[in-house]
Amino acid sequence: MTVQRAELSRRRLLGLGLGVGAAATLGLAGCGNDDEQGGAASGNGGKTYDGPKVSLNLWNGFTGGDGDIFKKLVDQFNGEHANIAITVATYRWEDYYAKLPGAVTSGNGPDIAVMHMDQLATFAARKVIQPVDDVASALGLTEADFAPTVWKGGLYQDKRYGIPLDMHPVGFYYNKTLLERAGLDPAKPPTDRSELEEALAALKGKGIQGFWMSPFQFTGGMTGYSLVYQFGGSLYNADATRATFNSPEAVEAVTWCVELVTDGHSPANVGQDADYLALKSGKNAFNVNGIWQVNDLKKSPEVQWGVAAMPQIGSKKSVWANSHNFTIVQQPRGVDANKVAGAKVFVNWLSQHSLDWAAGGQVPARRSVLDDPKFAELTEVNTLATELPDAAFPPAAPGIGDVTNLFYVAFNEAVLGKKSPKQALDDGVAKADKLLEDNRKKYGS
Amino acid sequence: MAAPTVAEPTVTEAARVDASPPAARVMHGRATPYLFLLPYLLIFGVFGLLPIALGVWLSLHQWDFQLPNKPFVGLDNYADLFSADSLVYGDWWESVRATATFTVASVPLLVVLPLGMALLLNRSFPGRTFFRAIYFAPYVLGVAVIGLLWRFLLDANLGFVNHLLGLVGLPSDTPWVTATPWAWVSLVGVTVWWTCGFNAVIYLAGLQDIPAELYEAATMDGASTWDKFRNVTLPGLRPVLLFVVTTTILASANMFGQSYLITQGAPGNETRTVVSYIVERGLAQNDAGRAAAMSITLTLMLVVVSVANFRIFRYQED
Repeated sequence: MTVQRAELSRRRLLGLGLGVGAAATLGLAGCGNDDEQGGAASGNGGKTYDGPKVSLNLWNGFTGGDGDIFKKLVDQFNGEHANIAITVATYRWEDYYAKLPGAVTSGNGPDIAVMHMDQLATFAARKVIQPVDDVASALGLTEADFAPTVWKGGLYQDKRYGIPLDMHPVGFYYNKTLLERAGLDPAKPPTDRSELEEALAALKGKGIQGFWMSPFQFTGGMTGYSLVYQFGGSLYNADATRATFNSPEAVEAVTWCVELVTDGHSPANVGQDADYLALKSGKNAFNVNGIWQVNDLKKSPEVQWGVAAMPQIGSKKSVWANSHNFTIVQQPRGVDANKVAGAKVFVNWLSQHSLDWAAGGQVPARRSVLDDPKFAELTEVNTLATELPDAAFPPAAPGIGDVTNLFYVAFNEAVLGKKSPKQALDDGVAKADKLLEDNRKKYGS
Repeated sequence: MAAPTVAEPTVTEAARVDASPPAARVMHGRATPYLFLLPYLLIFGVFGLLPIALGVWLSLHQWDFQLPNKPFVGLDNYADLFSADSLVYGDWWESVRATATFTVASVPLLVVLPLGMALLLNRSFPGRTFFRAIYFAPYVLGVAVIGLLWRFLLDANLGFVNHLLGLVGLPSDTPWVTATPWAWVSLVGVTVWWTCGFNAVIYLAGLQDIPAELYEAATMDGASTWDKFRNVTLPGLRPVLLFVVTTTILASANMFGQSYLITQGAPGNETRTVVSYIVERGLAQNDAGRAAAMSITLTLMLVVVSVANFRIFRYQED
């Protein structure tokens, strides 16, 4: 009869838990919808969870090899936590960001959502995600635990909306076979402007176009973005109220990219992904591309490749970077305190296990993991981790992603020779300022 | 014995209805057609009329469904499309031009080429079914498949198309997807390859409806092949032709996937179509108000084109 008793007590416990949950929900509902803090303030912020069993939905956009690693981590978490069951749904990032707000409004959204840093402000302003300041404080997370740039990026209007999981900068990929053919040392890729330009001249001497410049955001635009900051410019002014990517520095940076084409270091009309495919197939020596390509290149052992930190072409070091963040989603149908508590436990757990995540080709956000000797074994990812103090993250303003796209359009026109760099960037800034003003009106900031 | 007893009153009743005064018949008949229409009307109302009405409503507001305030802005969203200093003016008209360019270039090809194909495929020769299937085959592929496929085939530096052109001594560096007018050639070419099988099938059905006696009679009168085509085939196909022209114009004016995937709007935004821009503003930038105003303006433009189209065909009929 022990079994029966145990069962009974479990049932009672469940009932009790439900009751407590319902009470908490009622209490929170009483606070009114405006109290966004309500949900996140419950529980002990994610250290532990010993309430009734909860099942949580998590959405992400990890459609590549990173998705498998993420699922493995979730399975491990589910195995270690009997009372929390996480179900993962994966969508392409573009679809994902379009889908999420509607799903949340209709009450069909996830409990946890993975989001890029530059999307946090937009989704916070649109009340899709809720502040997680208490998670950070309960878990004792401070700026000291993370790279400062990535930690500050999670803030919007002085509240924290994201717990950083990783950072993904661009790196400088090179084809060793081509470097050898041009008489260059394949172990020493260029690190600054003069070395790079010498290398390109040597490659050109062998009839190799060494640095294919893609006119598209992925990844020519991201090269241009990095260089704008390297030359001392910036895409926006300090409070992101005006676009500044037509400054003399920015024009100089984009001009440098365009001249790769006019000087014959890149063919004209490079297509989407053609720069990277050409690197893999031994036609292109250098390609600035995302850290996520490390795992893809590892699948092709016949390619002799290496990756280094982005060379310093301008007056200082800088690279394009973004970061994946965990966010906790608002629930219009009322907050389930247990779910929120469970979600926090998961965020904390995965943040601590981000070394395994690094194997997916991302730099972990936590310093403790960065300093872990096991991380040093992940050679390529570790190389790019050195770039992080110089990462130029996009500013936290709602709708900023759409404005940054205008820079990429201007870059496209400049590299394709439709307009001079100055003209393209001037036109882009004129439009960007209008869009920024429109955003201010819309989001009322 | 149940059947006759049931059937009998029905017959008498029907007879009685026929014999009854007109008022009673009207009473009986008035609701019937509407009842038959009701199921469709409900579906059309919920999924057709209601969204249109909501679209008009949206277009009068600054609308982000996630934000608490959705201020009424009157006709501002429409005025924005026509005032040169607004945020969307330049992009909107650039996209209208892109759609117009694509439509003007693709519709004649999509009307004429499939007609030729249908005429050929309508003759009897061995392997006819096989060829019919072959020409229709691309149409069953999704836009994502054909988009990605052609983006790689048409790549200026690594693509197979330029490689082949190089082999036969033609220029091998044509920027098929990154510069106009080549980008238009690619988009129109891919669309024709992709969808002409569909129009050909419609023409085939139309050709099979033309009575063989007409051709026989024409032959007796000594008509040449060209005469038969002009005076028997074309008039016989007129309703089909009207259908093909109208649907092709509408489909071309709604082009989205091909430019979204193959050229990505490049160079700059030159090949970004109206629908592409509406999707971008409405769904990616959450500016449903302006996007709805653009949709309705596009609809009105297409209404004008379609009415003109019907007029021209009716004029020919007279």
